[in-house]
Amino acid sequence: MADSKALLRLPGRGEFIDRHSLIVRVTHWINVLCVTVLLMSGLHIFNAWPRLHWGQVSGSSADALFEIGSRRDADGRLAGFTRIFGHEFVTTGVLGVSADARGVMQGRAFPEWATLPGPYWLPMAREWHFFFAWLFVLNGLVYLLHTVCGHHLRRDLLPDRSDLAGLGRSFVDHLRLRHPTGTGALRYNPLQKLAYLVVIFMLLPLMTLAGWALSPWLDAVLPGWVNLLGGRQAARTLHFAMACLLCAFVLVHVFEVLASGVWNQLRSMLTGRYRLPGDDHDRRA
Amino acid sequence: MIGAPDRPPGSRAPSARRVLLARAVSALGAAMLAGCDRLSRSEWLPPLLALGEKLSSAAQRGLAPGALAQEFSVAEISPLFRSNGTSDPDNPDYQAMVDNRFENWALEVDGLVEQPSRFSLSALRALPARTQITRHDCVEGWSAIAQWTGVPLAQVLAHVRPRADARYVVFHCADPMEPDGTGFYYESIDLEEAVHPQTLLAYEMNGERLPVAHGAPLRLRVERQLGYKHAKYLMRIELVASFAHIAGGRGGYWEDLGYQWHAGL
Repeated sequence: MADSKALLRLPGRGEFIDRHSLIVRVTHWINVLCVTVLLMSGLHIFNAWPRLHWGQVSGSSADALFEIGSRRDADGRLAGFTRIFGHEFVTTGVLGVSADARGVMQGRAFPEWATLPGPYWLPMAREWHFFFAWLFVLNGLVYLLHTVCGHHLRRDLLPDRSDLAGLGRSFVDHLRLRHPTGTGALRYNPLQKLAYLVVIFMLLPLMTLAGWALSPWLDAVLPGWVNLLGGRQAARTLHFAMACLLCAFVLVHVFEVLASGVWNQLRSMLTGRYRLPGDDHDRRA
Repeated sequence: MIGAPDRPPGSRAPSARRVLLARAVSALGAAMLAGCDRLSRSEWLPPLLALGEKLSSAAQRGLAPGALAQEFSVAEISPLFRSNGTSDPDNPDYQAMVDNRFENWALEVDGLVEQPSRFSLSALRALPARTQITRHDCVEGWSAIAQWTGVPLAQVLAHVRPRADARYVVFHCADPMEPDGTGFYYESIDLEEAVHPQTLLAYEMNGERLPVAHGAPLRLRVERQLGYKHAKYLMRIELVASFAHIAGGRGGYWEDLGYQWHAGL
């Protein structure tokens, strides 16, 4: 293959390679901005109705799969609770009841420091959310075109046979915080490929689709399509659940960046240049 | 969390470096949040952000101008249907009409029409009716399904004959939104939405006379838009070329407070 000819002499450890294409780098950082704004404005929008249901409609509080709320305790003080599948937790201080900018405790689902805007201002939260939703989708389309029509998908993301065979070992390596070095670091590792594929082709599209399902106008375009997601309230639940999974992915992603040489990784996502890491233990990849 | 809680007695003091780091991070976070909130109040950002809604509105209206909202079966009707906004108008004139079962209530239809008219409730009931079971989606996020019966707005408009320069239909309501009894609720839709087959002036909910909590005696149903468009307690319908001269000038009570006029999402 053309790629292997170009790499007849594989670069060694300590050498610089071109890791990320310009399009991947630009779309990555636009995506970071979009996801951050979408998450925080989304939490604000959630606060307006802090319950999640399944099906078309939102029934009573008792029917909710998930709810964040507040009530007065025996001493008359505001107490926050979070209920997940019938299991209730006291979450005063963060969820249900939290301090506003002046330090006054108030009943609200997600705290002001986590939402955009901070104080309750639903129409403005919607403005932020929908503007950055468009940017997210357009940016995502540029990335997908580049990835699917270019060679990013086939060369970098799709696992080959050796990746699948090395999946178990990759898993153990992750748990031991050992990262591939030398020529092994020329490519994404098997678990990394799998995580990126799941996020890019399942999680983000499903989250977008579930967001569209919340629009009564879009629901009418193809009457009944929302039933495929379980109904409008189910779509709202899926939209929220996908956002939670995305947060989990970002936490692991940022942790891996920190654990595998933060400056090298950051430089490669900013300038494209990546220095192949060496390893004192001289582990063969 | 903003504001560290008191440390329980006997717990180990965190290292000075860690405290400094935590303070730096929380200060940075607070500065960013304050910055974002300042941006929300700036001159230049909100118009830019509004581009998103404009794109959505254009895309939605272009994609499916006449599409019908999903309809449901009787079995799917929600046992619980919240009454949002006003649930009992604080208006003595309205309360007097409730007392005599809306006998002398009448809907005024005027503005840019060839034949301004008044419709009593029985006159509206005499027009061909439509019944639909639809899902009501509130901007807050909740949904409920109910059956609505009423006269398609298109029929009323055919009777009064809009003039060529009429572009919007404005709904004037009986519920005051200010504590002093002023600032009546109002809404508006364009003529295209007004003649959509599911756009109803509804006088029945779930087979019963429309309850006061849900807008008696007459409310609007615009099934592809969010709940605040579905004006309750209708008194007067006015056809206009522009709504810039009405109240805050943005076409509705909530629109004047920053919500979108096209409420398709």
